[in-house]
Amino acid sequence: MITIYVRRRAANFAILSLSLLATAVGLLVLFLILWTLLRHGLPALSVAFFTESTPAPGNAGGMINAIYGSLVMTAVATLVGTPIGVLTGTYLAEFARGARLALVVRFINDILLSAPSIVIGVFVYGVMVARMGHFSAWSGAAALAIIFVPVVVRTTENMLTLVPASLREAAVAMGAPQWKVIVMVVYRAALQGMLTGVMLAVARVAGESAPLLFTAFGNQFWSTDMNGPMANLPLVIFQFALSPYADWHLLAWGGALIITLAILALNVAARLIANRSSFSK
Amino acid sequence: MTYEIQPVEIPNRQRPHLIQMPAVETPKPIAEAQEQVQPKVQIKDLRFYYKNYEALKGINLTLHDKRVTAFIGPSGCGKSTLLRVLNRIYELYPDQRATGEVLVDGQDILDPRHDLNLLRARIGMVFQKPTPFPMSIYDNVAFGVRLYERLSPRRLDERVEEALRRAALWDEVKDKLRESGLSLSGGQQQRLCIARAIAVKPEILLLDEPASALDPISTQRIEELIADLKSDYCIVIVTHNMQQAARSSDYTAFMYLGQLIEFNTTETIFTHPHERQTEDYITGRFG
Repeated sequence: MITIYVRRRAANFAILSLSLLATAVGLLVLFLILWTLLRHGLPALSVAFFTESTPAPGNAGGMINAIYGSLVMTAVATLVGTPIGVLTGTYLAEFARGARLALVVRFINDILLSAPSIVIGVFVYGVMVARMGHFSAWSGAAALAIIFVPVVVRTTENMLTLVPASLREAAVAMGAPQWKVIVMVVYRAALQGMLTGVMLAVARVAGESAPLLFTAFGNQFWSTDMNGPMANLPLVIFQFALSPYADWHLLAWGGALIITLAILALNVAARLIANRSSFSK
Repeated sequence: MTYEIQPVEIPNRQRPHLIQMPAVETPKPIAEAQEQVQPKVQIKDLRFYYKNYEALKGINLTLHDKRVTAFIGPSGCGKSTLLRVLNRIYELYPDQRATGEVLVDGQDILDPRHDLNLLRARIGMVFQKPTPFPMSIYDNVAFGVRLYERLSPRRLDERVEEALRRAALWDEVKDKLRESGLSLSGGQQQRLCIARAIAVKPEILLLDEPASALDPISTQRIEELIADLKSDYCIVIVTHNMQQAARSSDYTAFMYLGQLIEFNTTETIFTHPHERQTEDYITGRFG
């Protein structure tokens, strides 16, 4: 009796210690990254950083063209990818009911989810860039959207599946048609998880460089032409960090800091919105 | 699902009042009350299947308007299943099906052409566990009303208040109508669900063990509520609680293993049941 109790206490202590240790290691790495980014990136942030385009080596300049490009292409990918992802996830969770088509869709989605992003870049190069004859921001956004969709499909389906059947039954029993049950009750119940899924996808594509290599390509100058090549933060960071110039290194640190803070802010904002909207009205 | 429990053989001398009773050949349910009450729902040879398992084996039953009918019986006897047929909620699940006839005001609701959403709008349902929607208290009650009626904001306010008052919840929530329905206690949530069901002024109210997850005070409130509501509705209540059935219903149906064993006025069922299985159950010998 006592020995069992002592053994359980010991086991509990051991597992708890290991869990805490793992958490500490994870957090430590996260803080090291943030700290390093802040230490190297903060000095890069200046008025010029947010107002001027990427410079030639030795010249003064900023990142505004890359910031703009990343914002625009991520926004287009989000606008296109969210409805496709949410609707597909809704189909899988609410309508499919074990249909064979659902198994196929889920399988393909899992493949897409784990596909190397560079493969998707090459694919978009083949179907868009090669046919159009030039690099473009549209093709970059398309590549990002293809990466975006499976993340949202997966999280949406999971979150909808977590909504208890009793809630659906209650709404159906009120005489609500299925689409109203889904939109007015099930989505609300799953809203926070679904938003988190979209945020995860935004964070994922905002940091992608590989799929943009063959599509948006990059642009040293300010450009808002979606049909032409466009600068973007991950590619500029990649290019500048590999260069031998100290001022380019500094800009790359600044870019890395900006992209990280932006994603952090987006996550916090989404959480606040979700909290507010699910607990009133 | 199989049941090992068999009705225990009880010698007649252990059931003295049955011996004293005049022999009743065929129970004629509610013959004496038939004049005053209208049949609302007529169930004819209803069979229900979960895949290939027959959960209801030919049920014939009449439910009356402005009366409370209780379904009692041991777990798995089919009483909840029977309730779930009445608004065809089982159709959410593809391998469940029903055969036979369920006439509501003379119309067969099992007819696939019958409009499901309109049917369900006429039939309110309250579940065993409270199921508030993730929205404000006000929106919870207004949910069903908004589905089928276009009311001015003022009329809607009145309707919500009326429903919450009838559900005996108004005084507790009138100052926080905009707060989430999930913020209420379990008993309050259940009364919120009742308010939501009666706000649409349904004709039939289905209660699936509405008080089984509640404390005695909340249970009492819900029973008072049922007593108050029956003047307007045809109420069907599934319950495990025999006292509850005896207290709050006019008619009682005893079910066992998918069959309707006995149906009669609650008074008859609880004082001199005609079937031995019924008596064994209500006296606690099995179930």
